[in-house]
Amino acid sequence: MINKIVQSMAEAMEGIKDGSTVLIGGFGSVGQPDALIEGLIEQGAKDLTCVANNAGTGHVGLARLMELGRVRKIICSFPRSAGSVVFEELYKAGKLELEIVPQGTLAERMRAAGAGIPAFYTATGAGTLLARGKEAREFDGRDYILEKSLPADVALIEAWEADRWGNLIYKDSGRNFNPVMAMAATLTIAQVQNIGELGTLDPEKIVTPGVYVNRVLRVDRGAPWA
Amino acid sequence: MQPFSRSQMAARAASDIPEGWVVNLGIGMPTAIADHVPLDREVIFQSENGVIGMGPAPDKAHENPWLINAGKAMVTLRPGGSYVHHSDSFAMIRGGHIDLCVLGGFEVAENGDLANWATSENDSAPAVGGAMDLGAGAKRLWVIMDHTTKDGRPKLVDQCGYPLTALGTVNRVYTNLGVFDVVKGTGFVVRDLAPGVTLEYAQSQSAAKLHTT
Repeated sequence: MINKIVQSMAEAMEGIKDGSTVLIGGFGSVGQPDALIEGLIEQGAKDLTCVANNAGTGHVGLARLMELGRVRKIICSFPRSAGSVVFEELYKAGKLELEIVPQGTLAERMRAAGAGIPAFYTATGAGTLLARGKEAREFDGRDYILEKSLPADVALIEAWEADRWGNLIYKDSGRNFNPVMAMAATLTIAQVQNIGELGTLDPEKIVTPGVYVNRVLRVDRGAPWA
Repeated sequence: MQPFSRSQMAARAASDIPEGWVVNLGIGMPTAIADHVPLDREVIFQSENGVIGMGPAPDKAHENPWLINAGKAMVTLRPGGSYVHHSDSFAMIRGGHIDLCVLGGFEVAENGDLANWATSENDSAPAVGGAMDLGAGAKRLWVIMDHTTKDGRPKLVDQCGYPLTALGTVNRVYTNLGVFDVVKGTGFVVRDLAPGVTLEYAQSQSAAKLHTT
């Protein structure tokens, strides 16, 4: 019997190694796996490369992980936001590497990783500072740059409902980066609010098939906080 | 002279959006454009975080913290709206399925270049978000911004000084002084000026030639 549902945070976090690349889902706090990030803080892995749209706010979650000196590098599209104080301090002090990636390129690099595509050409960023060091090529009179896929060791994601196969249904705009991150990681861990019996999730509504999911932890998160 | 207020600029841009277009509005001043599109004109607002068919901000009774826009403010979904994930949302943007994107700007050049994401090569921590994807991928790119900076420097320029966001893709600029088309091979063409604003005055506030045809 396939059963991806784990009973404890310790079980969910088991085996995450130092030096891992960790994808963190969510857009703002919507779809963000808050409990799993806390679990990773507890678990202790360090020297991490974290991939998220934003670089954390306040002193909780990703910001807390960075503040504890556990993050070597952050890959994101929009590090600066109201309350991204930890990021700004660490970055200014030279204690954090930053790779800025256009939001669509970030999503597509992960999709490519999940789809077995090592690199792709895109017009996004062509001719800009973010094209530096990247192969440029013209197709039909338009300039493109080569972007590499972004595979990861671990993905921490959030969904609304799961079953024991790891099939996932999301809620409203909570979907965002979660499905594409689930595809791109070797170990995908999902935090969900509800668990249904196998066969009760409507196949037409399952966005992430369990094929992409390794572990599911039920957490009563409630509504996003902002 | 009565330069357009921010609300008038947004209303002016909204009046040029026809029914049926799929439109992405950037964070800040562009977001206000949606408030000036009447609900009976069916315009499909797309948000980068995977919301297709966004409606206005909810009243207190209908707030849904799971439903936000790219600026992370709560919104609503219109009948007919749908959700997609980030990769599909940006496939829509990068694949040329968005009729119009409106962004804010630091500078727009007469060749259609846009600078709006970093103030120098050594910007302490630039934040690009989806601007480069939208700037390269939308069918049309409009920019809505003040005509000059707070200290009076022109933002319509012959060549951008700030790092570029997108090259040669801006089609039109809405400022507090008027509306300016960007025409390939010509440059900025005046389409409209705010009440009492003369061509001479608008020109004096610009660092690129303003054409009348």
